[in-house]
Amino acid sequence: MKIKILVLTIFYLIGSFNLSYATNSEKVDRISKNLRCLICQGQSVYDSQSDFALSMKILIQNKIDEGKNDEQIYNFLKSKYGEWIVYDPEINKNTVLLWVLPLILFAFGSLLIFRKVSIK
Amino acid sequence: MVKNIKLIAVVFLVIVSFFILLKGLNKTNNYSPNLNSSKIDFNFKAKFLYSDEESTLYELINDKDFSIINIWASWCLPCREEHSFLLKLKSLDKLNTIGINYKDNEINAKKFIKELGNPYSKIVVDPSGINSIELGAYGVPETLLVHNKTKTILKKYIGPLDDKKLAELKMIIKNEN
Repeated sequence: MKIKILVLTIFYLIGSFNLSYATNSEKVDRISKNLRCLICQGQSVYDSQSDFALSMKILIQNKIDEGKNDEQIYNFLKSKYGEWIVYDPEINKNTVLLWVLPLILFAFGSLLIFRKVSIK
Repeated sequence: MVKNIKLIAVVFLVIVSFFILLKGLNKTNNYSPNLNSSKIDFNFKAKFLYSDEESTLYELINDKDFSIINIWASWCLPCREEHSFLLKLKSLDKLNTIGINYKDNEINAKKFIKELGNPYSKIVVDPSGINSIELGAYGVPETLLVHNKTKTILKKYIGPLDDKKLAELKMIIKNEN
């Protein structure tokens, strides 16, 4: 009986350790997928095996261990590397066309359809 | 008439897109950072190459008026090229040069310095590369010019130093007084 309990506890400890580790690395994966690897074009930090990306992943891990949330990590990296590092562009005067153009096209398209339908 | 306008519009569009694409060919697409936050926190701890002591970068950039922070590694070939320029900077008495040894083997790093000379007043090591990221660096070699009083980055060079950059550095230091 005692041995059973001992074995179970050991398995439980291993399991919980793995679980906490896994959730943390999943978090790193999630964040690094949203980051552009600046020295390897067309890849995310998650995909890249470059020195830069590897260090970046360690840094993200450290920041998570410090208790920083996603938002804080993104903001930290943006302050170091600029807006370009995140894949999700903010609305500003350089990107306003990017955000507004689909809406304009959608409005234009629906106008066309509406006119065609109402003519019939 | 309508047909004519359509033709002209198509030809015009083709010509315009041709020139846009032609211009795009000549543009280098490498991302160069703009220094949107020139003030940086130097409060991470780093170990020295030649002793087991640790220090924050903040403490290191206190003596003299300006600091050069140079990120280098013994495995990096362009670092070898720029080394002679760093040695030239040593003669400037307002300048304090700090080296950050990036993802390097300690023995190789010491060999590199022994072979080519030591332009640095202090060398700290960054085995995982995260301190360099805290500085907003991309890789090796990279050089930052820091104003010690205000703790701001005045200039940042990605890639090896050369005669032109060296002259520019000296100009900035001269003008900043």
